[in-house]
Amino acid sequence: MKKLLVFLLAAAMTLCVLPAGARAVQPTVTVYNWGQYISDGSDDYIDVNAAFEEATGIKVNYVTYDSNETLHTKLATGGVSIDVIIPSDYMIAQLIAEGMLEKLDFANIPNYQYIDEAYKNTDYDPDNAYSVPYTWGTTGIIYNTKYVDEADVGSWDLLWNSKYAGKILMFDNPRDAFAVGELLLGYNINETNEDALRAVTYKLIEQKPLVQAYVMDQIYDKMIREEAWIAPYYAGDYLMMLEDNEDLAFCFPDEGFNLFIDAMCIPTCCEHKDLAEAYINFLCDPEICGENLEYLGYSAPEEAAKAYMDEEIASDPIAYPDEETLAGGQAFIYLEAEVTQLMSSLWLEVKTEGGVELAPIIGVCATFAAIGAVIVITGARRRRRVKTRCAKWKT
Amino acid sequence: MKRNHLAAPYIVWMALFTVIPLGIVLYYAFTDSITGAFTLANLAGMSTYAGIFMKSVWLAIIACAICLVLGYPVAYFIATLDNKLTQRFLYMLVMLPMCISFLLRTLAWVALLDDTGIINDGLVKLGLGALPLARNNAAVVLGMVYNYLPYMILPLYTVILKIDRRLVEAAEDLGANGTQVFTKVIMPLSLPGIISGITMVFVPAISTFYISQKMGSSGTTLIGDVIESQFKAAYNPNLGAALSLVLMLMVFACIALMNKFSDGDDEEVITL
Amino acid sequence: MKKANGIFTGVILLFLYIPMIVLAVASFNTGTDIATWEGFTLSQYAALFKDGSLLPLLRNSVFLALLSALIATVLGTMASIGIFTMKSRARKIVMAVTNIPLTNPEIVTGVSLALLFAFTGTLLKIRGILGFTTLLIAHVTFNLPYVILSVMPKLSQMDGDLHDAALDLGCTPVQAFFKVIIHEILPGIISGALMSFTMSLDDFVISYFVSGSSFITLPVEIYNYTKKPLQPKIYALFTLLFAAILLAMVVMNLIQARDMKRKAAEHSALRGRRRAA
Repeated sequence: MKKLLVFLLAAAMTLCVLPAGARAVQPTVTVYNWGQYISDGSDDYIDVNAAFEEATGIKVNYVTYDSNETLHTKLATGGVSIDVIIPSDYMIAQLIAEGMLEKLDFANIPNYQYIDEAYKNTDYDPDNAYSVPYTWGTTGIIYNTKYVDEADVGSWDLLWNSKYAGKILMFDNPRDAFAVGELLLGYNINETNEDALRAVTYKLIEQKPLVQAYVMDQIYDKMIREEAWIAPYYAGDYLMMLEDNEDLAFCFPDEGFNLFIDAMCIPTCCEHKDLAEAYINFLCDPEICGENLEYLGYSAPEEAAKAYMDEEIASDPIAYPDEETLAGGQAFIYLEAEVTQLMSSLWLEVKTEGGVELAPIIGVCATFAAIGAVIVITGARRRRRVKTRCAKWKT
Repeated sequence: MKRNHLAAPYIVWMALFTVIPLGIVLYYAFTDSITGAFTLANLAGMSTYAGIFMKSVWLAIIACAICLVLGYPVAYFIATLDNKLTQRFLYMLVMLPMCISFLLRTLAWVALLDDTGIINDGLVKLGLGALPLARNNAAVVLGMVYNYLPYMILPLYTVILKIDRRLVEAAEDLGANGTQVFTKVIMPLSLPGIISGITMVFVPAISTFYISQKMGSSGTTLIGDVIESQFKAAYNPNLGAALSLVLMLMVFACIALMNKFSDGDDEEVITL
Repeated sequence: MKKANGIFTGVILLFLYIPMIVLAVASFNTGTDIATWEGFTLSQYAALFKDGSLLPLLRNSVFLALLSALIATVLGTMASIGIFTMKSRARKIVMAVTNIPLTNPEIVTGVSLALLFAFTGTLLKIRGILGFTTLLIAHVTFNLPYVILSVMPKLSQMDGDLHDAALDLGCTPVQAFFKVIIHEILPGIISGALMSFTMSLDDFVISYFVSGSSFITLPVEIYNYTKKPLQPKIYALFTLLFAAILLAMVVMNLIQARDMKRKAAEHSALRGRRRAA
């Protein structure tokens, strides 16, 4: 019986080791991207990673993150090797300032010619040395028309409307959350003044009791299942959610919104720069870009890609708003380390703010007092018992 | 039997991978995040998190108490079964959930408790209103109790199993009734198991972040959440290390306090 | 009283298994929402085997768990025997250090190891240090205490004279070691190994902090998954695992039942023969 067990164990282990050995040979590129940010073959859309593997024979190791800050932490903590990342504009500026990006060799990225002029020579990468645009988009408010009164819609203050308490979601990263507050209070979304930031913090803390949860990718499940009814998020994700729940609607708030570009870069911790550039080049191919963004709902930075998209999507006013609407959009710029730290700690204040709850304090003190009392009493009782026992022996 | 050298590789391993990392945590806790200079500011900032620490400890205490009340009868029942087969089978049944992914089990509870979840769906169909079951402290405690109940049952079971039946018989012979047998014989003898169980529930309960994230809401942030965010979203390992240090010291203090209850034999702090 | 306790135990066991039932039901669901039932289908199971993405992760997890349990068991058993022969003071210190990973919150262990590896990476200028090796080291580190705490009680219960008796009867020291000591503490070794394997298989917190992007285990992947709408393939995977483990348990129980019946039959046969003699 024992011998049988040992044999089974050994067999199981050998079986496990064998495939592990065969794994290592194929060239692999590690891509670190936002969640739900590439067409992966569902609903009969193109599977970009599979298409890449077929076209080039390079395997894709695809990992996701849910915010720019998580990406930055992963790179800053070190110890990982990632070949391609797709951060947002302000984060690219920060990474360039911190020297964490590799300059791109555009000889390996011929498809760069298809990128529209409007998305080159940007504020965050003025020399076009480090990044290639992947998508651009806007933020706004997604709401469920079944439960939300149309009259309440139009401004960012819908997120502070106590009528929908407990059904409101909020961004779970400092910049997007602060931007909402800043737009509502009339500040610039790149505000650096400490008093202004504290005012925004206070406004966000005001909102906290009404918020169901601070989410990023989890928003899909919550809005589609109608667990929540109102959420600020990105236009492209709205279009994806619309396919699963037709009662959802999108609104560009009056005070303005955030206009962003997400671009592909190569971090300094990469292992295969040439493979990374091949991947970036593949994603810029108009056909791939068109089919990918048709699924994603985000906006393509390539006019040529629109030829490969469905007519309806290529002219969707949410994905490609007209000039007038776009005028309300503001882009993030990189804030210096001190301001970023301040925002980080203010954001932590918002997340941990809970008021002073008496119940836990009383409960904990009472428990420790009770335990202390029991220890003291049993100790005293034991000593008394020993004394009486010893006294009995003495007589 | 000169076999001390057998333990040498283990000692080296522990020194490298347990003692030194703790030293690194200490180092980060006492340095400033931007400049790297020695500072007590991280620790001084702990007062802002006092509320969260209190809440984490309180919820963990409640979870321990509930686990003890629920787990003791179960452990007692299984340990005092006469049929050894059923006993072993029930023991494995209790252990089995621990092998299934803790994440998925928690998510299943979220699906059950959500406003649009299974229980509320049923309630609505029956004509009763939907109850706010999720996203509050009670849901988080429920999650903790559910996930850590086996950790309470197993040490209790192991200890109660070892209690000499003859002691119980002797007590009964000397005239003790059922309640007295329980309070004066079985309970004191199972004390090491109780302490073991409380420790094994308290430690994960106080430091969990997944349960509070999934089953709680923005108002139930626990200390584990804050530490996790400092290492994953916001890059401030110094603050995270300081919080970890305080958490660790708190846990050690609680365990030392509890060990005062079991006098003498503390060779094995945890009985498995 | 006993009956009431029995019913109570049954209720608690049901409580422990409710999520499993929910997951199992969801795995047969045509819709993706775990909470609404849309129809019965086996397509998720088909998708699970067709798709190449989940099963390799399971293989990763099992491989890591087996390897780390093996290393921890060998190292831990050696350590237990060594610690047992130490003087009281040294023993107390080593046992205190052993208890640290157990009583330390998992998040602190994970964080401290992550910091250590990052530090080592910058020191030795290794890129991409986080990977299989770091995961393995972390898993062995938190498995060791379980092994040691399972084996130590068995060592103290063992009769020390048995070893001397074996030597007297002509065993070489190595033979005595394996035939006597290891044989006596084998139950402890096995339970320690099983405990390590289980803890390692489902470990999420520590793996989350020390894994790189090249070797991902199933729990970490599920955590990443749970930030987007979950794919029902996972429910199918876990229902299968659950069924497999449950089946293994039932089979083991049946085998033990048969063994016990056989032993009881032998005993009564022996008794009968003795009485006859």
